[in-house]
Amino acid sequence: MDLRFTPEEIAFREEVRSFIRDNLPAGTRERMRLGHKPSKPETIAWQRILNAKGWAAFNWPREYGGPGWSAIQRMIFLEENLSAPAPELLSFNITMIGPVLIQFGTEEQKRRFLPRAANLDDWWCQGFSEPGAGSDLASLRTAAKREGDHYVVNGQKIWTSTAHHADWCFCLVRTNPQAAKRQEGISFLLIDMKTPGVEVRPIISIDGSHHLNEVFFTDVRVPVENLVGEENKGWNVAKYLLGNERTGIARLGISKAAIRRAKEVAREVRMNGRPLIEDKAFRIRVAQLEMDAKALEIMQLRVVSAFAKSGGKKPDPLSSVLKIKGTELLQNSSELVMDVGGPLAMPAWQQELEAMSNEPSPGPDWAAQMAPAYLMLRAASIYGGTNEIQKNILNKAVLGL
Amino acid sequence: MDFDLTEDQRLLTDSVARLLGDRYSFEQRKQLLAAPPGYSEPLWAQYAELGLLGLPFAEDFGGFGGGPVDVMLLMQSFGRHLVLEPYLATVVLAGTALRLAGNEAQQGELIPAIAAGELRLAFAHSERQARYDLTDVLTTAKAEGGGWVLEGAKSVVLHGDSADKLLVSARTAGGRDDAEGISLFIVDAEAAGVARRGYALRDGSRAAELSFSAVRLPAEALLGERDQAFPIIEQVVQAGIAASAAEVVGGMEALQAMTLDYLKTRQQFGRPIGENQALQHRAAEMLVNLEQARSMAMLATMVLEEPDAADRARSISLAKVGVGQAARFVSQTAIQLHGGIGMTDEYAAGHFFRRAMVFEHMFGDTAYHLDRLAEGIE
Repeated sequence: MDLRFTPEEIAFREEVRSFIRDNLPAGTRERMRLGHKPSKPETIAWQRILNAKGWAAFNWPREYGGPGWSAIQRMIFLEENLSAPAPELLSFNITMIGPVLIQFGTEEQKRRFLPRAANLDDWWCQGFSEPGAGSDLASLRTAAKREGDHYVVNGQKIWTSTAHHADWCFCLVRTNPQAAKRQEGISFLLIDMKTPGVEVRPIISIDGSHHLNEVFFTDVRVPVENLVGEENKGWNVAKYLLGNERTGIARLGISKAAIRRAKEVAREVRMNGRPLIEDKAFRIRVAQLEMDAKALEIMQLRVVSAFAKSGGKKPDPLSSVLKIKGTELLQNSSELVMDVGGPLAMPAWQQELEAMSNEPSPGPDWAAQMAPAYLMLRAASIYGGTNEIQKNILNKAVLGL
Repeated sequence: MDFDLTEDQRLLTDSVARLLGDRYSFEQRKQLLAAPPGYSEPLWAQYAELGLLGLPFAEDFGGFGGGPVDVMLLMQSFGRHLVLEPYLATVVLAGTALRLAGNEAQQGELIPAIAAGELRLAFAHSERQARYDLTDVLTTAKAEGGGWVLEGAKSVVLHGDSADKLLVSARTAGGRDDAEGISLFIVDAEAAGVARRGYALRDGSRAAELSFSAVRLPAEALLGERDQAFPIIEQVVQAGIAASAAEVVGGMEALQAMTLDYLKTRQQFGRPIGENQALQHRAAEMLVNLEQARSMAMLATMVLEEPDAADRARSISLAKVGVGQAARFVSQTAIQLHGGIGMTDEYAAGHFFRRAMVFEHMFGDTAYHLDRLAEGIE
């Protein structure tokens, strides 16, 4: 047991950090520092810069264009990218459909989709959840009926993040409604979002933004060559996707950036006649979050290195611990940032800005995204398997209850 | 970064687990608690035979040449059995002081004796008025006739009652809270003017109130540089935090295993209580907290050899907070999930609970370390 980073790992962190510093477009950096979410063009531009460097498909095997990094290097890379802060790689492309196609795809599917996914030429979205199938995913009902060399898809997906940006959707559909077990009649299909019969309707979330969608499929014809893996074996593909390396699940870099941000703004605002940063209660709160962040960082290292030791085969049930602690920290750190903003975090400057795009902001730049970030992150303990589901997983997989 | 055990570390933990498995059942431990010195002399000798008492010391002094990770693993094993022997006091606390500050003669005389199991030490620093403030030293040592005269009192000195020698901090210059002006002395526990009153802490482990009344010490009793002991004391306490954090992690492991066992076997309403999701989720939260504590005990271990004093102090405080909070959660939840039986002295859970409680109030509690962290925020 040696708990120190090796000199190579330290040098690697420095390499990543300086590459991001030198190549992240200044406008993107500044907007993100102020807490804005990256726009679609900003996300695409940054992923292409990383891809040109050979880093975008950071977790893919070398033969498919990955950089061939160790698990620790991958973790360092993600953390540096998040805490820069720079736009996240589109996870649907990089950590979901990419590894799935590498594992289950035909040669044709790999050739056709992988390079475009890495370069974000195709924007992917995930068609899993349905109105009646959230945490209980296997109860999904969207139907795909084989007709000649097509599947005809009918049904509805919900909570589909960024479907309105997407070119493609990887979808779980029911191909055998008669299967003895619900899990056995499900298939994994790739659906072109431009196919007639696909309709995307926005869901505006409590932060006022359009991130989520409903997606309706009405007699959507999908060529059979877009099936991934075997028909009715899609559950295995989905399980692989969900259990795949979840290095980034805690999104620690975002929390670290938020804590930093809270301290920065706390120098500018006052409490009882003194800078807020000098307030004891505030400092204790920061200290607590910094402790949580440090614990998470080490936990992440442990999970990552155990995963690497298992040859990348065995998903660690402790990634559920990462999910729980990581999302709690995301929520608590965004809450701190909002509280630092105080009353100035409350006006919906954002809508104001959108309505009069030529006017300067009526409030300070730093205040605009505080409440939206806090609001949006209430979803963190819901998505990706609610934190209660994670506890069920721990009970079953680790505790044997 | 490598979390796997080396072959040597595996052998070490296996042999300790075997020994404690044979000799440290809850019932056996209870017998040790019942009679002086409150721990097992024969086991202490066995620890020496296994090389455990020389673990962190250089091979030149009869040591094993191990590092902080080895001590962490050993303390974790000790924690699973609530080991009572004065390992923390002798090897970790006093041992660290000797390693860092001892001159060749002192190390050559004392360390081989520790490693051989022939010498037990206590680290007598805290005073009654000091609470957690490490600079608050009122005990004095005055230079006189080429030696020293020691005057004052020390409080809640771990294993101070059975130690052969005491490492005592005393003011040789400066005032109450000055970091400068504190020195360390090696004091024979039987020296004229030393009075000891031993007692059990709430977890059954032993401690003592010590007083020193005109205790005459030779010049060579001084350990390290005159007036400059404070950085040494800080590092001794840091080593104590890292080791006891690991110990408590071991205790939490045992507590969790015990609780899971209970959830699976205890029947209410015609089924095991562990089938209730409310209890399952609390068990999962125990696991989350245990893993947090494990990570933070690793952090404490990892930074002990960090040369930057400020970084080291900060990481140690982070670790003490993280382990302390997790230990409190895990031990409180364990009692709750056990119900009535968890409240009884004849059941082990309450003993682990009390160990965690004592841990939290040693070397600075959660509020103290949060406060230090808060002070350091930039």
